[in-house]
Amino acid sequence: MKQKIRELLAKHGGLPVAVDQIVDDQDLYAAGLSSFASVQIMLAIEEAFDLEFPDNLLNRKSFQSIAAITRTVESLTGNAEAAE
Amino acid sequence: MNMSTGASLAERAARVAAVAEAHAGDVDVKGRFPQEAVDAMRAERLLSIQIAKELGGEGANIAEIAEVCSILGQSCAAAAMVFAMHQIKASSLVSHGADVAWHSAFMRRIADEQLLLASATTEGGIGGNLRNSICAIEVEGDRCRLEKDATVISYGANADAILITSRSHAEAASTDQVMTVFTRDQYTLERTHVWDTLGMRGTCSDGYLFKGRAPAEQILPKPFAEIAAQSMLATSHLLWSAVWYGIAANAMARAQAFVRAAARKAPGQTPPGALRLAEASNLLQILKSNVVAGLNEFEAAKADADRLSSMGFAVAMNNLKIGSSETILTIINHAMLICGIMGYKNGTPYSLGRHLRDAHSAQLMISNDRILGNTSNLLLVHKQDTSLLG
Repeated sequence: MKQKIRELLAKHGGLPVAVDQIVDDQDLYAAGLSSFASVQIMLAIEEAFDLEFPDNLLNRKSFQSIAAITRTVESLTGNAEAAE
Repeated sequence: MNMSTGASLAERAARVAAVAEAHAGDVDVKGRFPQEAVDAMRAERLLSIQIAKELGGEGANIAEIAEVCSILGQSCAAAAMVFAMHQIKASSLVSHGADVAWHSAFMRRIADEQLLLASATTEGGIGGNLRNSICAIEVEGDRCRLEKDATVISYGANADAILITSRSHAEAASTDQVMTVFTRDQYTLERTHVWDTLGMRGTCSDGYLFKGRAPAEQILPKPFAEIAAQSMLATSHLLWSAVWYGIAANAMARAQAFVRAAARKAPGQTPPGALRLAEASNLLQILKSNVVAGLNEFEAAKADADRLSSMGFAVAMNNLKIGSSETILTIINHAMLICGIMGYKNGTPYSLGRHLRDAHSAQLMISNDRILGNTSNLLLVHKQDTSLLG
């Protein structure tokens, strides 16, 4: 799952650095993630994992890092163990 | 005088408004800083109402501050906007500087000396997106240094301190920003753009080349992204809207006085503008409800960082700004139709030219098109709450 999230981030994140240079708990906003790109990533994740983010998860914290996005997606798919 | 009650705050604001009103025409015509009104704010200690009581302020909440903005906005929109912008900067310190030694000591200074805070978030080359910076702060040991081509610093020449954004270091991404406080003795301003505008002329929002040096501890430790999301954007939309409400409310009052004067001269006949006045009253009520709902939403969310940075909250604040900036123009236009040539002409009790010109800034200070673009992006994932009370 984390690998898929990294792929989506590379494709839609518009980050000024390569995604493999970014560690899991690094702040994506500080790395240059714009508010527009963060929405594009949410949409791509919704499509890729066939889920919908509820409004209570649509905040900065849920998408702050690759680790945070993974936790957010896991909380919706319920497969925490498959993620590692 | 009891400085801590809402009533006395409104009384103090009304005294400042009387001073502001007396000079509003001259401020507008000359495009000069509303010095008398700001001196009156200092005399009434309004510049520190938001600061915590233990630091010498009054701990006023957002609704109380908005009420002052609206009272001032009814007399001189430029003075009201200076007050609002100062309070928006103060909110960044109150929300994010209370636990920081230098910033809490500085808040005490704001209260003691009634310091006026200005903001430098725009920069040549970033196209109006304040969440991007080109300039970077340089930290060497315990000192920092910053140069910024600030295309707008409202009342920069009259401020006692400037809160200024930059990238956090030379290699940082453009969105990796910090905000730093520089006091008047720590910077120079070289004027690069002159503020000669249609309205809001007294805000003197000239452009400057800013050069500052200060102790590095004056950099706010929180990333600017968090400051913007949690205090600055919301308080901006709320307090600007309160000022704009004030402009529209005064236009409405002038139109109503015009209709009433006509009605008194010809009892038994409904004056021609009366129906339109009813329409304007309806719009003013919608505007007021929108602002009050926004204030309540912020008050309910302010203790919860997740809620403040949620998409739902951002959409609500964006909608408030769009709604109030558009509605005031319609209201003032109605007032103009009601007052006719007496509203169009300067120097009558019904003059509305300054109101209309000042109000035209509302759609542009953070362009409504940019805000709608942001909302439309958020609505791709955020689902609008369709409940009535929720």
